[in-house]
This record gives sequence, C-alpha cells and structure tokens, in this order.
Amino acid sequence: MSNPVIKGTHLCKNYGSVQAVRDVSFNVNEGEIFGFIGPDGAGKTSLFRMAATLLLPDSGNLEVCGLNVENDYKKIRRLLGYMPGKFSLYQDLTVEENLRFFASVFRTTVSQNYNLIRDIYEHIEPFKNRRAGKLSGGMKQKLALSCALIHRPRLLLLDEPTTGIDAVSRKEFWSLLRRLRDEGITVLVSTPYMDEASLCDRIALIQNGQILSTDTPDVVASAFEHQLFAVKARDMYLLINILETCPFVRSAFIFGQEVHVTINDYRNADEDKLVNYLSDKLADVVVYQTKPNIEDCFMELMSNKTKKG
Amino acid sequence: MHEFKGFLIKEFYHIFRDRRTMLILFAMPVLQMLLFGYVITNEINHAQIAVLDKSDDYITRKIITRLSASGYFEIKSYLQTHDEIKEAFQSGEVREVVVFEDNFSESLNRFGTANVHIITDASDANTANLIANYTSALIARFSADEFNKDSRGLTIKSDVRMMYNPEMKSVFMFVPGTMAMILILISALLTSVTIVREKETSSMEVLLVSPLKPAHIIVGKVAPYAVLSLINAFTIILLGHTVFGLPVLGSFILLFSECLLFILMALSLGVLISTTTNSQQVAMMLAMVALLMPAILLSGFIFPIENMPFWLQWICKINPSTYFIIIIKNIMLKGSGFMAVWRETLILAFYTFFFLFVSIRKFKTRLT
Amino acid sequence: MKTDKIVISVKNLIKDFGSFRANDRLNFDVYEGEVFGFLGANGAGKTTALKILCGLSRPTSGEVMVSGCNVYTQSNLIKQKIGYMSQKFTLYEDMTVTENISFYAGIYGLNFKQIKNKTMQLLSSLGLEGEAHKLIADLPLGWRQKLAFSIAIVHDPAIVFLDEPTGGVDPVTRRQFWKMIYEAAAKGVTVFVTTHYMDEAEYCDRVSIMVDGRIAALDTPANLKEKYNASSMNEVFLGLARHTSNK
Repeated sequence: MSNPVIKGTHLCKNYGSVQAVRDVSFNVNEGEIFGFIGPDGAGKTSLFRMAATLLLPDSGNLEVCGLNVENDYKKIRRLLGYMPGKFSLYQDLTVEENLRFFASVFRTTVSQNYNLIRDIYEHIEPFKNRRAGKLSGGMKQKLALSCALIHRPRLLLLDEPTTGIDAVSRKEFWSLLRRLRDEGITVLVSTPYMDEASLCDRIALIQNGQILSTDTPDVVASAFEHQLFAVKARDMYLLINILETCPFVRSAFIFGQEVHVTINDYRNADEDKLVNYLSDKLADVVVYQTKPNIEDCFMELMSNKTKKG
Repeated sequence: MHEFKGFLIKEFYHIFRDRRTMLILFAMPVLQMLLFGYVITNEINHAQIAVLDKSDDYITRKIITRLSASGYFEIKSYLQTHDEIKEAFQSGEVREVVVFEDNFSESLNRFGTANVHIITDASDANTANLIANYTSALIARFSADEFNKDSRGLTIKSDVRMMYNPEMKSVFMFVPGTMAMILILISALLTSVTIVREKETSSMEVLLVSPLKPAHIIVGKVAPYAVLSLINAFTIILLGHTVFGLPVLGSFILLFSECLLFILMALSLGVLISTTTNSQQVAMMLAMVALLMPAILLSGFIFPIENMPFWLQWICKINPSTYFIIIIKNIMLKGSGFMAVWRETLILAFYTFFFLFVSIRKFKTRLT
Repeated sequence: MKTDKIVISVKNLIKDFGSFRANDRLNFDVYEGEVFGFLGANGAGKTTALKILCGLSRPTSGEVMVSGCNVYTQSNLIKQKIGYMSQKFTLYEDMTVTENISFYAGIYGLNFKQIKNKTMQLLSSLGLEGEAHKLIADLPLGWRQKLAFSIAIVHDPAIVFLDEPTGGVDPVTRRQFWKMIYEAAAKGVTVFVTTHYMDEAEYCDRVSIMVDGRIAALDTPANLKEKYNASSMNEVFLGLARHTSNK
C-alpha cells in the first residue's frame, strides 16, 4: 500500500486554555473519501487548518503528501484544494468571474482543467453571469468546489461543505465527491451530520478534540457491542422518562419516533422484559431489535469517554 | 504575474460594484470640498478697494486701470495719506488698500524695482487672502505684460500685509486639511476594511494556501486605492482651483510626489490595521478613531496647534497628517520648493517605511 | 400533549413579492401541544410563511389565525403569545446567564418577582445553578442551545417557533434538547419547527414539506415514509423534491 496522503501523529493544539485538538492521530489514504464526523466545536476546523498548513500543531507530527507542514508548506499548498468552513466566495463577483479569479490565482486557466470540473460546473453554468451572492446555498457550494478544484489538486480539503444546504443539494454534492474520488483525488471532508458518515469510505468520529473511533463506517458501527432495541409508544415524553428511570436500562436515546435502548445485562438481553416493564405504564408499546447506526456508536463512545475521563 | 493581474482585476470589481465604496471614493471628496469651501469662501466680485497713490505717475495709473478693469475690484476711493487707511477699513467701506510708494516709475526705471503694498482687512481672513492674491496676481501679470521685452528685468514687488489677523488662520487651510482627511479615509480605511473582509469570509484562507505571495496580496489590495487616491488628490486641487480660485504657487510635480508619499503612508497604515484585527467593524472603528479624527482635529486643519494644551500638541507632533498639511500649505499657498519641506517629507517617509516594515512582519502566512 | 384545539389555522394563504409567488395557497392547521415540522429546501418559501405566522409580514391574501389572533389586524397581540428561537441567534454572549434570562423575561413584561422565580426555576431545571453568573460566551454550545430554548418559552407562550434548533450540536445534547421540546409540548405548548435537516423532521408529530411555494405533503413521519415507500424522511423529501422539479 502507498504512503498515506495525510499522516497525523499525536497532534495537539491549544487556544489559550482551550484544548481544541488533543492527541489526535489519523491517516488519510490515497484516493479515498475520509470524513471527520463530529459536532461544532469538536476540533474539525482546527484539524483542517493544520492540514492546509495554515495552523501549526503545538505538538505532534503532520505530513501532507509526504511533506512536513512546517517546513514544506509552500510545496504542500500547491497540491491542495481547500474550501474553508463558511467560505462564501466573492459575493459581488459573478460565477464566471469567481472561477476565473481562482484559476488565475493558481496560475492556470478555466479551460485547462475544464474536464475535471465539467460535471460540477454544468449545474451552475446557466447562471454564470449571476453574482455569487445571488446563488442558492447548494449552487454556492458547487461553485466553491469548482474553484477549489480549478488547479487539479491532489488532495481536496472540504470543511463542512454541506452545512446549511438542503437535502437535495447535499445528495448531489456527495455524488460529485464520489466522482472526484474516482478521478483519483483524495478527499478529506468534515460534517456535523451523522447520516453523512455512511457516504465516506472511512470516518473518524470526533468529539472534544479527540478521535473516538476511526475506520470504515461499517466497522465503526459493528463495534457497537450491545444488543440494541427500538421502543415505541404513543406518548414519547412519558416513554423516555420511564426508560431513563428504569433500573435495568443502560442507555435510552430518542431517535425520531423511537427510543433506542440498551440493557445492562446485554448477554441476556431480552425484549420481553422490556415489553413487560413498559406495558404496565404505557399504551401501544412496541419493542423490536434494531441495528446500531453511526449515531448510536457516537453516543456510546461519548459516554465511554466521559466515564473514563 | 498572471495571478497578480487576476487579483488586481478582482479588486477593481469589488470597488466598482460596491455603491458605498464608490460614494466614498468619488462623491465624498467633491462634497467635502464644496462644503468646506462654501462655508469659508465668497466669490470675489466687485470687491471694494481704496488706492493710496503717492506717486501718481503713468505706471501707477496704468496699474489702477488694470485693477478696476478686471471686474474683480471697484475703486471706491482715492486716499491721500496713510492715516486715512485705518479710517477706510474701520468704516467698513473697503476690504483692501493698495499703496504705491513714492516715485514709483522713477525707482522702477532707476533701480529696476518698485514696491506696492497690499493691505487687507484680514478679520475675514479668507476673503482678505483671496483679494490679496488676486491683486498681486494682477500686478504680476501687468508687470509681465509691460516689462517682458525690457532687458533690464524690471520687477514690481507687491508685499501683502494683513491687518487684524496677520497670521491668516484658517484661510485655504480647508484644502490641505480636506486632502489629508480624504486620503486617510480612502487609503487607510478602505484598504483595511477590504483586507479584513477577506478574513471574515474565509477567502483569505484560500488565498493564503494559493501560490499568491503575501506581497502580492498586500500590493494587490493597495494598488487600486493608491491610484484612486491620487486621482482624488488631483480632483481636490482642481476643484479648489476652479471653484475657489485657490492658487498652486509651487511645483505641481513636487505637490503630487508629496501626495503620493502621504498616500503610501496611509496605505501602509491601513495594511497595518488590517493585520491586527479580524472584523470589518473593528477595522473601521480603528481607522476612524485612530486616523480620521486626528487627521481632522489634531493636525492643525480645524484647530490651530499653537492654541492646544501641551500634551495635545505632542499628539499633533506624532500625527503624520500634521506634516502633510504643512507640506501642502507650503507648496500650494507659499510656492515653496522641496528645500522648505524636506524635514516634513523625511518624517512622512520614515512613517511609511516603519508602517510597511511592521505590517509585512505582522502579515502572517498562517493563521493563529 | 397534542389536543384537538387548533392554534394555528392557515387557509388559502398567498404571499406574492411582485410577480413572484413565494407562498401559493397554503392550507394547514396546527394543534395545541403538537410538535409540527415545517420543512422545505432553501428558497421553498418556509421563511416567508414563518414571518407571516409570527406577525412580521402580511399575507397577500388568505385567512391566517395564530393563537386566536388575526395576522392582518392583531399582529402585535400575536407577538406576545409566541416565542422564537433560531440556531443562528441565541443569546447575548457578553451577558451572563441570569442577565440574559432577566432581559428576555423583561421584554415580555414579566415583573420583578416573576423574573426572579422564573430564573430560579429555569436554572435548577437546566442544572445551571453553578453557572448563573457566567458569561454566555464561556458556556459550551449545547448548554447555550438548551438555555436559549428555555428562555424562548420563559413567558409561557402558546406557540414556540424554532428555526433549525439542533444543527451542529452533538448527538447527546441534541436528544436532551428534543426531550425539552417534548416536555414543553406535554405542557400544552405548540412547537413549530422549521428546518431543512430531515433527521430533525423524524422527531416531529407531523410534518409538512414545502416545495416551490406549495405544501407538497403533510402527515406524520411514519405515514409519509409508508406512503413514499421510504426508510427515512430524507428519502421522502428527496422523492418529493425531485418529483416536482421534474415537472
């Protein structure tokens, strides 16, 4: 296997007394979509800025494309396409002017790499004379992606590219990312939405500046070692209150119209026990076994961390 | 250079597409000039003057005819003695008295020079100055027309005396002052705000990771405003000249070189502000409070420095605008050459290099 | 708990901006104690409708009643009966927890004694007694969101409008947040959630989905999933949005 495109070992970063990144190690391999999944303030942006050579880690070692971020930052910057979080292009420039500007800044032309951005740019080309400020959120992100790609980078860094855009645009955006990966571009992406984890090749769950788990989404999910039950009842508020106080319930989290429940003694997990306990107190109780998803894992890992810490 | 050109084009798009920036750039200088100008100046039209012609020969009569024929002046009375001058002013009848010395043409012929004294009532300092300038200009032109072909190089010396306000506070000061203010505003305020805006929208991060060098970014941000500021300086002088009859007695080239120096100083200050802050609001406040206010209040523009308390005088002394105003006043109104203003020029140059040095040192290729 | 009492009633609501029709004949009712999801893509017309319901904007035509008040004539009365919280704006960061509570309670006309009681009650239910005099800026994001919600209902409004309330918060906090929402609903507060995150929709009693200025679907999440043969609200939404854009 070839060397990882990003190799971070024991990275730390503090802002004053705030520990934004705490001993983080991760590898991003050539040609994969790697996702940092975690809430706001987990340290995702700090890690992105480090990978973009804009921020130096306080300690630890970070190599991008085999180069050191401190000494070879100029070389690295040429290999990167970077889309910061909240990046909003130049609102007062048209779509075409934005694209042309970023092409010139990266010493290339739009036509030179047009075949790479064609798929993306075709979506926005009908609006090429429109000011970027007048585009919808999804369109803006596509334009920003085109701008980040214009110099055919080897590595694409996208910090929360789907935040604030609607479900349809998000879906399109992810399918564009997969196409770029198939072109051989390595993609590092971050998102606060757990449901986007399954769209990545590999993920790192991140919380409070620490990586909770890193692997393919399936492996991460399969590490959930408890039997998981989905419980429904007519009165959700009553249900969650009862479950949270139930002596043999280990954890209970609302998932939409259901509550995901684990039981203390998971080896002898028995849904009948749960049904019996609840039926006395609630109407229309339904209990069935369900498969844990990334969000279940995330919460499980979070509570493990807090217990340990 | 390709990427730098792209950057410049982008900057001009930003400027020309923002209505507020355009307003500050082009409407404000004109407005400020007209505002200050009309508050202070009146047009000279049939200003009433008196003449004390002690010589009463053919040249003095010719000059008097020239003055009254110009349309600017109306000869109200002919005085006989010096004592009448004071009376004439106190009665409020005349604004100026032109005094020809004894044996005017004779001394002109014999010694090659003769003296005219122009005495004005400077209690209305602005008008007094205008009238005196007009008078001496007319006399100078007369002298040029008459003695041009004369190889002896005859000259009429007009010396102006201001009565009641000999130091001419506030007269025409509005032009150098407005210039300092506008150049500070455009150069320092607008540049700092545009750089900080890039930080706010995260586009600075993208520019930093691009092959653009920090110097490219700084120069690219600064150059459009330097050009536009220079155009503004020109507009202000032109407006002063055409609308208010403000003279430019010194060298134009020197005047514009000094303007350029001041612009560069203000721009480097703008860059410095932008490196120390991350929000447009803060940049704007800093530029307003730290630069614009002193440029107006603590530069001798509106309030004379000599009358300030000692500690405020010290602030005036470290305020670059003070020196710029001295320079401009000297070149425009007194016709001084470089030798008269080299000290002030040196101070401005020092400031420019200092700010530039600090801001390049502070401009980060990374975020903190 | 959802009752049969209608608190928001919208009939044939139309809102035009010039020739552009932002809301095209909207019809829906929201019940007391219901958690109602108001979904739609960017630009589908959600914000326009929300502004009308909050009394900030007048409809072009149609009948809209909010908590017994007519939006045409009683918009000021409406403002006293609703609470509002957005993910973008929460609280004043340079003020302490209690200062924020007193400020908002004061806006809604609570007197000194009421404010004092409410503050105590709110701090203890959130477990923030120790942080009462801390600046908002020093609180973790999740706590701020929970506090912001509590403050939005400090004056016991009939309806609380929430704009993308849980975007970006960690999954555990998010669930605590939804528990608070259910708790408010159980007390009879109607909760009106606008969002374009479909997983937030899963938590609502009923959801309406707006596409191009119209309501394309309105039902319980379970019924919608069944009807569109989808496993998640995200799929329901994608199906609807694509269906209409293909037209």
